[in-house]
Amino acid sequence: MFEYCADPSAIEGLEWWSCYLTTAKHFAFYKSFGTVLVLLFATVPFILLLGFAGALARRSKAFPLRVFGLAYTSIVRGVPDIVFFLFALIALDQGIEYLRHITLCPDWSEPIRQGSDFIVCSEAKMPLGSAPQWQHELYGFFLAMTGFAVVFGAFAANTMYGALQAVPHGQLETGVAFGMSPRQIFRRIHLPQMWIYALPGLSNLWMILVKATPLLFLLGVEDIVYWARELGGTKIGLYSYPHGDWRLAYFVVLLVFYLTLTWVSERVFERLTRFVSKGQDTLGGTL
Amino acid sequence: MSCNETIIAYGLRAIGFGERLLPKADITLCEQFVLIGSGMMWNIYFAVLALAFGFFAATGIALARASSRPILQFPAKAFIFIIRGSPLFIQFFIAYEAFVLIPKLGFDMNFGFIEITVETRWLTRAWLGALIVLFLNTTAYTAQIFHGALMSVPKGDIEAADALGMSPFQKFRRIVWPSMLRLAWASYTNEAIFLFHATALVFFSSFPAWRQEGDALYYANYFADKTFNPFVPYPIIGLYFVIFTLLLIVVFGMVNKRLNRHLLPE
Repeated sequence: MFEYCADPSAIEGLEWWSCYLTTAKHFAFYKSFGTVLVLLFATVPFILLLGFAGALARRSKAFPLRVFGLAYTSIVRGVPDIVFFLFALIALDQGIEYLRHITLCPDWSEPIRQGSDFIVCSEAKMPLGSAPQWQHELYGFFLAMTGFAVVFGAFAANTMYGALQAVPHGQLETGVAFGMSPRQIFRRIHLPQMWIYALPGLSNLWMILVKATPLLFLLGVEDIVYWARELGGTKIGLYSYPHGDWRLAYFVVLLVFYLTLTWVSERVFERLTRFVSKGQDTLGGTL
Repeated sequence: MSCNETIIAYGLRAIGFGERLLPKADITLCEQFVLIGSGMMWNIYFAVLALAFGFFAATGIALARASSRPILQFPAKAFIFIIRGSPLFIQFFIAYEAFVLIPKLGFDMNFGFIEITVETRWLTRAWLGALIVLFLNTTAYTAQIFHGALMSVPKGDIEAADALGMSPFQKFRRIVWPSMLRLAWASYTNEAIFLFHATALVFFSSFPAWRQEGDALYYANYFADKTFNPFVPYPIIGLYFVIFTLLLIVVFGMVNKRLNRHLLPE
């Protein structure tokens, strides 16, 4: 980046560090922190949506919907999330390719599962084999996001289900007394009051979500863990910046990143709790 | 190979007994069930030992956190914040890298009646290294839960114990501790489930599986890679985890019943 970086072997001390920390690979490392944050914030709406749908399904009057809601929340919560990530990702990937295979190559006669191989025609590959690298990366990111949304949606559904149950019955009865329709009661009374009961659970879930992001690495996304291992590993003299095994130092940087994220989140949730407690009929509520 | 033979060959494969070579081609359903089940032994080993040691350590840390002396309170707070604020995955990495850097030494420990040689290279093995990480992790989370419960022990109970002239230890053993456990038990059950699920990360993150002796996820992943078919091994491991999670809930429910036995049934 700087001019004096042209020959790294000739410099040392502060100059060496300023060059070392501004290599292209290090910028990729810094950018991957952004990837993690993007994944976090982009997934939250889907988690809330799935959670809400799951909670409504469990409260539904239709029996099949209720069973579906219960099965979704209990199966996902009963299995370690890493297992579910691995499974959901491959299943989704193969499912998409299978559907594309049926529609795009109708006259393909060979079976898709040949012993231990999963073979679809080349037009059905997702993304296409000829697609540029960034499309592959984006697709991987999208799959990871879906996996996160499905797993954490189940936890959110459980929390929201409990929160919907926790709204005092008298509040809803008041709505009935005012002659509101069930829909109006839900939208104007039930839903706004649910949040204060859901928030402790949801903030917990956010903390768990933050701490699940390093699993991205296992799903093949080039995230901070990937770069920490890549950059920290021993570099022999062939490299411009040879050094020993610095992985421990890089991981300590990640540790600090996560601790900061947790600390900031805690402060934000404190404020949010105060906000939704306004006018609530609870111990923490203020009028 | 019939299924019975498979069970004999692979039933204890995860801890080093039986057939050395893993099935490579023509993998049967039975082989998947047996090997993944064999790997479950590791998950149970980690969960049971980490929870057992963590339970007592957490009681100590919770008391330190509640202490009015800064010299006890501050380290407890820092410990809880660092462990709870960082991903277990990163903790595994850091611990492994740190353990690898420790010089390989042997220590002789003399217990009087028995002499054990302790080697630092064991720390890089999952059975000890990962167990330490899981132990520290559950200790921090449990300490936080116990501390919250400790703060909710009714004041009147402690005043009553004082009035009866109980010593501080008696007071803790007979009044504070049982109440704390009773109040914390629901959350503690959750933590136990989380820890049990977290054991699946051990071989998957940093600790290498020695001689292909891994946990359930190690084998499930092995089969998924070999067969390109995730729809068999992952549901199998899911089934195992659901069964053992239910078992854990039943056991913790029994303890809960005992803790609450003096209360009127609802």
